[in-house]
Amino acid sequence: MSQPFRTEKGGRIDRNAPLTFTFDGEELHGHKGDTLASALLANGIHLVGRSFKYHRPRGIMSCGSEEPNALVGIYRNGDQTPNLRATQVELYQGLQSISQNRFPSLGFDVGAVNDFMSPLFPAGFYYKTFMWPKSFWDRVYEPIIRAAAGLGKPPKSPDHDHYGNLYAHCDVLVVGSGPSGLAAALAAAETGAKVILCDEQAEFGGTLLSESSASIDGKDPADWVSETIAALGAMDNVTLLPRTTAFGYFAHNFISLAERVTEHLAEADPRLPRERLWQVRAKEVVIAAGAIERPMVFPENDRPGILLADAGRTYLNRYGVKVGHKVLVATACDSAWQAAFDLADHGVEVVAIADMRETPPENLMAIASARGIRVEAGCVVTGTLGRKRIKAALLGRLMTSGQVASGGQVECDALLMSGGWTPTVSLYSQSRGKVVWDADKGAYVPGVSVQNERSTGASKGLYGLQATLEDGYAAGEEAAKAAIGKTAKITKVAATGGEAGYGGTLGALPHDRNASRVRAFVDYQNDVTAKDVKLAVREGMQSIEHIKRYTTTGMATDQGRLSNMNALQIASGALERPMTQVGLTTFRQPFTPTTFGLFAGISRGDFFDPVRKTPSHDWAVENGGVFEDVGQWKRTWYFPKNGEDIHSAVTRECKTVRDSVGLFDASTLGKIEVVGPDAAEFLERMYTNPWKKLAPGRCRYGLLLNDAGFITDDGVIGRLADDRFHVTTTTGGAASVVARMEDYLQTEWPDLDVWITSTTEQYAVAAVQGPKARDVIAPFIEGIDLSADALPHMSVKEGTFCGVPCRLFRISFTGELGFEINVSRRHGKMMWETLAKEIEKHDGTTYGTESMHVLRAEKGYIIVGQDTDGTVTPQDAGMSWAIGKKKFDFVGKRGLERPDLTAENRPQFVGLLTKDPKVKLEEGAQITVAENPATGTSAEGYVTSSYFSPALDRTIALAMVKNGQALDGKTLYVPMPDGSIPVEVTGTVFYDKEGARINV
Amino acid sequence: MSELLANDLITPDAGESPLLSLGNVSILKGAPLTRLSLRLREASVKDAGKAFGASLPVKALTCEVGDKRAALWMGPDEWTLLAPEDDLQSVFNSIETALKDQPHALVDISERSESIIVSGEKAAWLLNTGIFIDFSLEAFPVGMVTRTVFHKSPVMVWRTGPDTFVVEAWVSFMDYVAGLLVQAAQELQAA
Repeated sequence: MSQPFRTEKGGRIDRNAPLTFTFDGEELHGHKGDTLASALLANGIHLVGRSFKYHRPRGIMSCGSEEPNALVGIYRNGDQTPNLRATQVELYQGLQSISQNRFPSLGFDVGAVNDFMSPLFPAGFYYKTFMWPKSFWDRVYEPIIRAAAGLGKPPKSPDHDHYGNLYAHCDVLVVGSGPSGLAAALAAAETGAKVILCDEQAEFGGTLLSESSASIDGKDPADWVSETIAALGAMDNVTLLPRTTAFGYFAHNFISLAERVTEHLAEADPRLPRERLWQVRAKEVVIAAGAIERPMVFPENDRPGILLADAGRTYLNRYGVKVGHKVLVATACDSAWQAAFDLADHGVEVVAIADMRETPPENLMAIASARGIRVEAGCVVTGTLGRKRIKAALLGRLMTSGQVASGGQVECDALLMSGGWTPTVSLYSQSRGKVVWDADKGAYVPGVSVQNERSTGASKGLYGLQATLEDGYAAGEEAAKAAIGKTAKITKVAATGGEAGYGGTLGALPHDRNASRVRAFVDYQNDVTAKDVKLAVREGMQSIEHIKRYTTTGMATDQGRLSNMNALQIASGALERPMTQVGLTTFRQPFTPTTFGLFAGISRGDFFDPVRKTPSHDWAVENGGVFEDVGQWKRTWYFPKNGEDIHSAVTRECKTVRDSVGLFDASTLGKIEVVGPDAAEFLERMYTNPWKKLAPGRCRYGLLLNDAGFITDDGVIGRLADDRFHVTTTTGGAASVVARMEDYLQTEWPDLDVWITSTTEQYAVAAVQGPKARDVIAPFIEGIDLSADALPHMSVKEGTFCGVPCRLFRISFTGELGFEINVSRRHGKMMWETLAKEIEKHDGTTYGTESMHVLRAEKGYIIVGQDTDGTVTPQDAGMSWAIGKKKFDFVGKRGLERPDLTAENRPQFVGLLTKDPKVKLEEGAQITVAENPATGTSAEGYVTSSYFSPALDRTIALAMVKNGQALDGKTLYVPMPDGSIPVEVTGTVFYDKEGARINV
Repeated sequence: MSELLANDLITPDAGESPLLSLGNVSILKGAPLTRLSLRLREASVKDAGKAFGASLPVKALTCEVGDKRAALWMGPDEWTLLAPEDDLQSVFNSIETALKDQPHALVDISERSESIIVSGEKAAWLLNTGIFIDFSLEAFPVGMVTRTVFHKSPVMVWRTGPDTFVVEAWVSFMDYVAGLLVQAAQELQAA
């Protein structure tokens, strides 16, 4: 149970709740309340990973989501999640973690050879090296780069977790729960506003949880946090969301939050989601995201054991962990001194405080002196020793000349550094706000608000406990007033201690080492050094956007929150231009890496998309039907019997329909009821065909164009009464045709007294097709005379089917005698089962979409979307007959008059018969004049439909061919990989050209 | 369960077992109904309401409820009329008769959609797993009705009580809607 770096007491861990976990297989111990990072540090483990490019040993550097080095894999439920930040992984009993980017082991990593070869890998290495020869890209360079890219290994099995989604609305969303965030939430909540408070950490409180030198309302800050959270939690108008990252700020104050629901639990209830995506519409937002401490850019600043000073302090005060036994504190600002004092108070030997400033503040000097801490002023770290853990640091004395003189070497097992603080402006930047440079603070801070948000506290560069509390209250009050127009008397508390610190530095620090041999890291995760940034400038990059992409600085998972300011300063120096003129990169969503599962949410498996089923679905399943997806619909493709394959099933189905009768589920076709005194006038304007003279009880085929004159939909339309039409559309066009009709009605012809209603799902439709169709339906139909005279082809009547009201259409998509019976949806199953039983008596068959396609192709009926592609006119399709020549206007009429649509050489719809009747063409195959065209020859057209036709006992095809209608009888070719296929151009009707079979 | 409903029209389908039955939220299939889509111009609103038995609401997203009748505002010239299943022909005929000289469109859509009744203190939460609307009582009071989307499916949502919603979807979408609601509710059973 030895945790050599655990303090005797203190911290917020539960010392009565010991936990066991593993790291690279080694069993270790920690406590409830630890993060993986704090537990590793408690065990004296700093080395946790290898760097991306040079495979340098790296240790835990921070205590937050910006952690660049400590990326680990966590095993859970038999698979591992890679690239989690150990600083954010909460410890639980049995947690299994592994280090990444090392082989064969973390301690001995062969990839580390890259480190010794680093002079060979300058910035822009890939760009320079992998340019030539071009042919090497696919086979050599890209595989190498891909193999080397990335850190962790992706999980292998499908995601075993599930993810929740919740839309929420609030008056005030507060992001961050440090002093300013808590104060803002309190102030807003007291007005009665609906408040959501979220924080990416497991526990609310932010820096207050590690504050040792202050009190709030006379209490320990952490105690005040507990009381405050309890008070907020008791309010109905407050939602508290710990472990929840506000990762995206979008338009209209739409903010997305990622809540980690179960990942911190050893055994989570499987009914709970792993994570929940909150999609929040907030009237007002308070950004209290705090600030991030900056690393100092000195040579070898990346050794394990080198941490940010405030992280060292947090590990001590919050987690009861000492980052080392002999600690050197290097700083350019006041705040790091407090880390030194706290460590000293816990018995850690602080070997020195090296402050770059010539005269650090008197009061800090006095406290250090009282604790016997050696202070080196005007002193900078110029290098470090040790490979897998820092052993010693080199000090340098800053001289007025700007030179550095050697200041000796100090032994240490940890180094805490602080280059000052950078406000976290990511969310503000995502909200499209433009940050402004504050010279006094030495930082970019939020400028004008573009959306309904305000930053408070450290995220706008404001420090000091009392000041941030006050600012937080004000921000909360202001937000609530803006959101709900109310104010309230806010109970405010006062703080003592925790005063604002001053100081800070930017950019690479001076040293006395050989500049060409040392590396000072700017972006740890992407292994970008100060030299790389300077090199980028020397090679001509002027804008920070170019420098960023050339060096990859700021492109790691922290998006440069740690590195940007230092990189900017280095670039500014190299360009000899003020930093504000070097530009600034933009922070984008997501704030921190976010799982794919969270975005996919419920859209997986059976719920990836709605699965729409027809009334015959269950029957088809029971009877062995094979389904195909048609949009969201499941339609029966074919009904194999006795082990038939698709070819034999379809052949049998087609033959049976032509010989006796077939039953087909046509329920998915779109149906629209067009009703009103102007119904005929409306259809006259929408469709190419004339409608006014269509008598009630009769049907007509309708062709729908877009304004450009191209075919977009078709279907049979029946007139039920003077003012009522039953329109059918294609299955795929059902929704879009309704939308287009409504669009025209609302915008073009609001004067027409006509309305449309989608009735697609009101009716179930059974198509009965074949010579015996009449015999099949006759026993069940009442109230309609089925004789050819009373109900000729293309007519519609209302009656009953088995006693339930029906609309009976006599129409055909097969070329045979055919009926389509519409009953209300609820009776669809009954109708289908009744007819399925009845057709058996007539040696009939049920048939699916494949046979439907073959039967219609034998008759040359087009399928919009298969034989047309959005560039086909009625003339092209050989359907000029569908255009009402005397009509004043219809949608697409003027489009059809465009010169290019009336020109010669347009592709036209034709039939194709292969010379060899057994050869079936590939749909989509290109058609040429020459048997073996030269490479680069343009095609004359392409095959749109191709089938084996049982009726003709040979293959048939439909195609679009340039000037095809004039080529009847000519031979063309379909060149394929294993030879050119000769085809004869024919008409589009292959079977029963006279159409005798339909009129019986 | 019917005490959770705010009107006498929407009733659970007697023959069906609940799709979901938790302490704080339940989902019941609604019984079949007469549903009519009525489209007409402003001048006909009064006559149509009189013939139907509940006046047609003219305020957006509201409903008017009469004895076994409800008229739901769907658009400036569009209403969904609800009545008991057996009243289909009589309601249809009486409106057609009253409006025979006024332009209008009356279409039977009784079977186009199915309804589920989502009720309980977690009902709004459950709907918010897939619907982006603010279901607080101030923003979406009892009686409010709207078309919207639930994940990838169009739905209609009608609040009939503080904790009771009627959700309608086209029949072929209902497996998706109800299935996702039941799935999302599972976590409410977790400790």
